[in-house]
Amino acid sequence: MAKAKYAFFLGCIAPLRYPGIEKSTRDVCAALGIDLVDFNDASCCPAPGVIRSFDRKTWIAAAARNLALAEKAGVNILTICNGCYGSLFDAAHELHEDPELLKEVNKILAEIGLEYKGGTTVRHFAEVIYNDVGMDKVKKAVKNPLDLKVATFYGCHFLKPSDIKALDDPENPSMLDKMVEATGASSMYRKDKMMCCGAGGGLRSEFSDYAMKFTEENLKNMKDGGAEVIVDICPFCHLQFDRGQQELKGYSMPVLHLSQLYALALGMDKKELGLDAHLTPVKL
Amino acid sequence: MTATPNMDFVNDIIANGGESVNMCFQCGTCTASCPSGRQTSFRTRRLVRMAQLGMKDESLTSEDLWFCTTCYSCTERCPRDVAIVDIIVAMRNLAVASGNMFEGHKKVAQSLMKNGHTVPINDEVKKQRKALGLAEVPPTVLASKDAKKDFDKIMKATGFKKTIGE
Ligand code: SF4
Ligand code: SF4
Repeated sequence: MAKAKYAFFLGCIAPLRYPGIEKSTRDVCAALGIDLVDFNDASCCPAPGVIRSFDRKTWIAAAARNLALAEKAGVNILTICNGCYGSLFDAAHELHEDPELLKEVNKILAEIGLEYKGGTTVRHFAEVIYNDVGMDKVKKAVKNPLDLKVATFYGCHFLKPSDIKALDDPENPSMLDKMVEATGASSMYRKDKMMCCGAGGGLRSEFSDYAMKFTEENLKNMKDGGAEVIVDICPFCHLQFDRGQQELKGYSMPVLHLSQLYALALGMDKKELGLDAHLTPVKL
Repeated sequence: MTATPNMDFVNDIIANGGESVNMCFQCGTCTASCPSGRQTSFRTRRLVRMAQLGMKDESLTSEDLWFCTTCYSCTERCPRDVAIVDIIVAMRNLAVASGNMFEGHKKVAQSLMKNGHTVPINDEVKKQRKALGLAEVPPTVLASKDAKKDFDKIMKATGFKKTIGE
């Protein structure tokens, strides 16, 4: 397979709240041979839980603009966020399946001189590492084996809807656990591992107390399972756990994005992980 | 509360992406799978039934409609392949279009229009970015007036501002 080039789709929460996730992704991709280029001029994906809930037409048109920009640049898209992955992957899928919708959306894109032909592939950082780089290569690249007990957090829009994502078993997946264990860390069993963090769908932005109940139940299960650090693959889940713990009593479990965990394991300087942006202190 | 059946409502949901609404045979697997139902008064099966029965006003003004996080647990398990999240999204679109939008949600929508992102940039993150050797402003619509103009044109063409009642 020819070496693919990916436009690095930043999204909102990573570059604007946890820049260490962006930095770690750039470093880890460089170290593992994933060819990233800047994705200039992109907007929010836009967020599937909120913007799609408000107006599907706006959601798909703005998503199509992002897809068309990548297509024009002749690159595929790499995301580091389940929300971005959910939006862009699902939008690309819908536009692929529904030629009428594609026509309608292209009428809107024509106003800015763009056309989407349907040729952009959308991938998630975690899945590219697992499927393309592979665990053997990762294990060989580890310079700083990690002795950590980890609660893996898949989030929702990475694996689901599974009929179109088809990455792993949505009820009992193992990809992320294997990726974490490749660094020497242990993935700890826990109850209700696939429960949502609570942030999505506009719950955090309007009914934060309810969102926090999801978060607390997850944290309790993680603690009971013996985990000492959370590893996520979505900056929004990341934010919900990192900031949520400041509002809840009795929890102080560091939260790392997979890119940050990998940066550590590959021997990068801790200062490069941007941990000062985290509200729950990361002492490792 | 008296139900006011409105069969046009079912067709509106179908036209907005909820084609599978009439496939539901009310088994309750969705409710049993729902993490939100464990914390709130929201019952997924009931919402789908309200859609089938054309209970427009009751469902579009209820808070319950907004307690779904779009986690897809229900959709994965539904024995009738009902695209439950699509139905909920269709109902939310109809709610917003009829002027039922919460303040917290409006804020997110306004931020998208203003910044092209759901959250704004701030001085603290600029500093953190710089310290990491990243561009102070990420290379998105935030860094390009022309790109932001294009984004605004898309928003204008879809009528988003009007939809969210601005
Ligand atoms: S799981 Fe499916 S068929 Fe069963 S009540 Fe829910 S939507 Fe209806
Ligand atoms: S997608 Fe929504 S309704 Fe379905 S299980 Fe998740 S929170 Fe509940």
